[in-house]
Amino acid sequence: MYQTNNLVKDLVKKYGRRRDSLMPILQGIVEKHNFLTDDAMVEVATELDISAAEVYGTASFYSFLDTEPRGKYVIRVCKTITCSMKGKHEIIEALEDMLKIKVGETTSNGMFTLLETNCMGWCHKAPAMLINDTPYTELTRGKIIKVIKEYMEK
Amino acid sequence: MKKNKMINLKINNQSVSVPEGSTILQAAQKLNIHIPTLCNHDDLCVAGNCRVCVVEQKGARVLVAACAQPVVEGMEILTNSLKVRNARKHVVELLLSEHRADCTKCYRNQNCELQTLANEYSFGDHIFLDLVGRHEQMIDYASCAIIKDDSKCIRCQRCVRTCSELQKVSAIAVSGKGADMKISTFHDRPISHVVCTNCGQCVNRCPTGALTEKNYIDYVWDAIYDTEKHVVVQTAPAVRVALGEDLGYDPGERVTGKMVTALKQLGFDSVLDTDFSADLTIMEEGTELLTRLKKVLVDKDKDTALPMTTSCSPGWIKFIEHKYPKMLPNVSTCKSPQQMFGELAKTYYAEKKGLNPENIVSVSIMPCTAKKFEANRPEMRDSGYKDVDYVLTTREFAIMIKQAGIDFRTLESSHYDSLMGDSSGAAVIFGATGGVMEAAIRTAYEIVTGKPVPFDNLNITPVRGMEGVKEASLKIEGCKKEWKFLEGVELKTAIAHGLTNANKVMDAVSKGKATYHFIEIMACPGGCIGGGGQPIPTNIDIRQKRIDAIYEEDMSLPIRKSHENPEIIQLYNDFLEKPNSHKAHELLHTHYVERVKY
Amino acid sequence: MMKTKKISKVDLIFEHIDPREILIKVHGMSSEEIIEEILESGLKGRGGAGFPTGMKWKFCSEEKEKTKYIVCNADEGEPGTFKDREILDRVAYKVYAGMAIAGKAVGAKTGIIYLRGEYKFLLPQLRMELDSFHKLLKETGYDFEIDFRLGSGAYICGEESALFESIEGKRGEPRNKPPYPTTAGLFGKPTTINNVETLVNSVIIMKYGSDRYKQMGTRYSTGAKVFSVSGDTPIPGIYELELGMSLFEFVKEFGDGDTKTVQVGGAAGFCVPRKLFANTVIGFEGVPTGGSMKLFNSSRSMYNVLHNYLEFFTEESCGQCTPCRVGCQQLLKGIESVKKGESQSTYLNELIKLADTMKIASKCGLGQSVGNAFKSIVENFREEIIY
Repeated sequence: MYQTNNLVKDLVKKYGRRRDSLMPILQGIVEKHNFLTDDAMVEVATELDISAAEVYGTASFYSFLDTEPRGKYVIRVCKTITCSMKGKHEIIEALEDMLKIKVGETTSNGMFTLLETNCMGWCHKAPAMLINDTPYTELTRGKIIKVIKEYMEK
Repeated sequence: MKKNKMINLKINNQSVSVPEGSTILQAAQKLNIHIPTLCNHDDLCVAGNCRVCVVEQKGARVLVAACAQPVVEGMEILTNSLKVRNARKHVVELLLSEHRADCTKCYRNQNCELQTLANEYSFGDHIFLDLVGRHEQMIDYASCAIIKDDSKCIRCQRCVRTCSELQKVSAIAVSGKGADMKISTFHDRPISHVVCTNCGQCVNRCPTGALTEKNYIDYVWDAIYDTEKHVVVQTAPAVRVALGEDLGYDPGERVTGKMVTALKQLGFDSVLDTDFSADLTIMEEGTELLTRLKKVLVDKDKDTALPMTTSCSPGWIKFIEHKYPKMLPNVSTCKSPQQMFGELAKTYYAEKKGLNPENIVSVSIMPCTAKKFEANRPEMRDSGYKDVDYVLTTREFAIMIKQAGIDFRTLESSHYDSLMGDSSGAAVIFGATGGVMEAAIRTAYEIVTGKPVPFDNLNITPVRGMEGVKEASLKIEGCKKEWKFLEGVELKTAIAHGLTNANKVMDAVSKGKATYHFIEIMACPGGCIGGGGQPIPTNIDIRQKRIDAIYEEDMSLPIRKSHENPEIIQLYNDFLEKPNSHKAHELLHTHYVERVKY
Repeated sequence: MMKTKKISKVDLIFEHIDPREILIKVHGMSSEEIIEEILESGLKGRGGAGFPTGMKWKFCSEEKEKTKYIVCNADEGEPGTFKDREILDRVAYKVYAGMAIAGKAVGAKTGIIYLRGEYKFLLPQLRMELDSFHKLLKETGYDFEIDFRLGSGAYICGEESALFESIEGKRGEPRNKPPYPTTAGLFGKPTTINNVETLVNSVIIMKYGSDRYKQMGTRYSTGAKVFSVSGDTPIPGIYELELGMSLFEFVKEFGDGDTKTVQVGGAAGFCVPRKLFANTVIGFEGVPTGGSMKLFNSSRSMYNVLHNYLEFFTEESCGQCTPCRVGCQQLLKGIESVKKGESQSTYLNELIKLADTMKIASKCGLGQSVGNAFKSIVENFREEIIY
């Protein structure tokens, strides 16, 4: 469980207490901690004087505002048509082999979460994936091994 | 732009003109053309999301939602074209495909808006595949007041709008998206573990059986048929002006006498009245207010909190426990009339009747779902037993009457039993917003000045009416000797109904922007007559009719001031000694707790 | 045969220009003159819906409110579209310039770029470029400021009113219309919302004039368009082409010699089979597109394609309205059921009727367009869906 006390307060200071501050604040928490804990959502709700259910409801609308525990590096493999046609399955397999987890799971050391996502705008360089905010394109099994190794060594 | 500009349009080739800003639905209503709706509700903002009300606008590429589409000059609308009928049938079929339609077992059978639409648009085999499976296991039974069944939810969001617009609670909100979109509490916690006040306004507005009260009918039958048990029943003021709606009467019909007869026929051992303990509440709460005023005005006691708010509405209590815990000292320590009654049933009543309180089963019939929660609060056992064993809503009560095969219309009237069956008109008006305030002023003013309140027929009209927040002040003049410190004081009051309005008042008070002495707050729109346990449907017209009936009932009673209720006088003489006595404090007063923020 | 144009590549969007020159030129023009020029150019929205840009600006300029907004829709989420990322990556200053011009035209002082979360990696670079652009705006006498807001992975936020809701900190659920954005958009204020490419086009028009602009494309589809080409093609990528070519010409240029069908306009677009290539014009008079051109060759199963699209919509529907939320699920489960033989093949006819209902009864463009892909794939490749 991470400490959000100062983070939420800092984000509120930066973005304000209006309803339209909500997205940047939630995005700020996710940027730092990869997902929204219940405590963080309640704290944001209290700061913005909106209900916690609404904060959860809003967060759960957006695929990148995870409300379930996520690893330090969230891998999102595009599953939409072109990536799917161009070998997404092999990419997932390679990642599952390497990380020893299935799609939707997080490695036991809390480093990686493997997810699928919808079209991320790299169809001409399919298959593609995001690791946190960084896109990786024209993926092959070899490229996956190289990239993930780099992250493992970070 | 001119105000009230009229717009001319045609619906099904009939001309109509309506004020600018009206919707197609409103224009159709003017022509008595029925357009089916589902997500639309008179009390709530427009959503336009169920699409049941789609109609054809000539020249438009797509159908438009009649509830959301404003009228335009020269517009031509068809409400029943083939295109419309096909689309509407599809929409109903789609809703049915995600709805667990076990109608015969459903609490809302025959009072379900989806069922009505299904009868009109979907006969025989269903066109589409059943999608319900994915939502199974999604029934939240954990609460003692409200059951949320996502497998029956059609996602019209009426409940969500109710919870946010009318109640500013938002215990439930829309979560997820696409196929996973649903109505959720905070991170899908049980409804009993979140800020839900159990007010039941969502239940009143749910078109299907997705939100219902937890029903205790069979427990009550069991008690009635248990010969060992002495079952007492109390009926809240607002029940008598609404029960009829579930038994075929028009809204606003008073059925008090028949209701008492029905309860006797159901087999309750003693049929008593919450109005009795409402009168008692006035004695206790009025005295508490006067004591607080003295402590603040005379003793300059910094620890005494003013304004004092009422504490009859359990939805309001849970609201303030979650939302303004710092202001809990402002809430009257009086238990609600239901709980005062329950307390006395197992002490005073038992003693007088020579009954073992262990064998008394105390049932209450309430316009309210939050009362179920209140009765289950651990604080509500000062009699040494659970003070109120079972709480039934008006709706559950109507079901019992039907189950017993009673022909309600042909019943003779009868009177409440005694002890604890007498009441005043001041108690009856507890059921309407402003009623507790009015009842309290009738008594407190007279205690202080020795004279009746200076209003025609005791009707304190400034505290009445449907305005969300009412303010009224009364200058106290001609005080008796012991109340001289109140001479010339302008007693400032506020009345709020619906928690959104309550929130406005408390926000102002907590920020020091408003100075009141006494605030009446009811969680539900219109007060208890609009409670979450009342007959479905509800809207402002229905609520107004119930309120009118409440005031008629008040006028019809011989005693209209709480302190003149002979059974109350006897209670203090024989048992409690005097208002706010030590014993009264032990039995009739309580405390509150701070609760979670989600 | 319809009259179509040959493939004609142009280089206007990515062409480097001096934004100062354009800004100074526009600064000397009145709001009416700017709008007139845009109207005259025939420019239509490049995001897919194709609403005349000049009209949007005109309606918004006529609103009396003091606060107005220019919103740049950079929530490019349509499967197969990636042109806006490329534009922002390479010529963001032209997007900013387009917003400033729009601001001048409608009387707005604030611009917001809603950038999809998937493109967040661009943000540091974009902010840097924006800083220097803000200086340029000051120097050229513009009272206009731009800021970024990020999406967080929700396709529907590309729908304009959903996008406003998202900026306002809410779930991205489309609103009822009317009111339209130009009357009551972001924060209830008059708002002009344009796609990234549209804004760049307005800069091009200001630079070269509407007359030269109109010479490109056709009468109803003036100008050029950036196409995102992907799928079974040897040369996937970004191409700026004049509007009005036939799909036949397009496939000749980009196909792999075995093109069975082209999905024009993304998952929400139309599937055009080979037999219709010659008769299909790419443009507003034919098949409109936000730029997504996805080619499929004969090795592809159209069942898989449709299934993938329907999964996409089932997840990305906002879920508020019945036809879209439940309809998408029914179409998806429906074709699965037919494929497995659990439903008869005639069930597809019911599903086509349902798609028709979704087209006319859904609350927003998403639900209304699901039927396009569904019908065009099922009607053209029925056998592949069933067997």
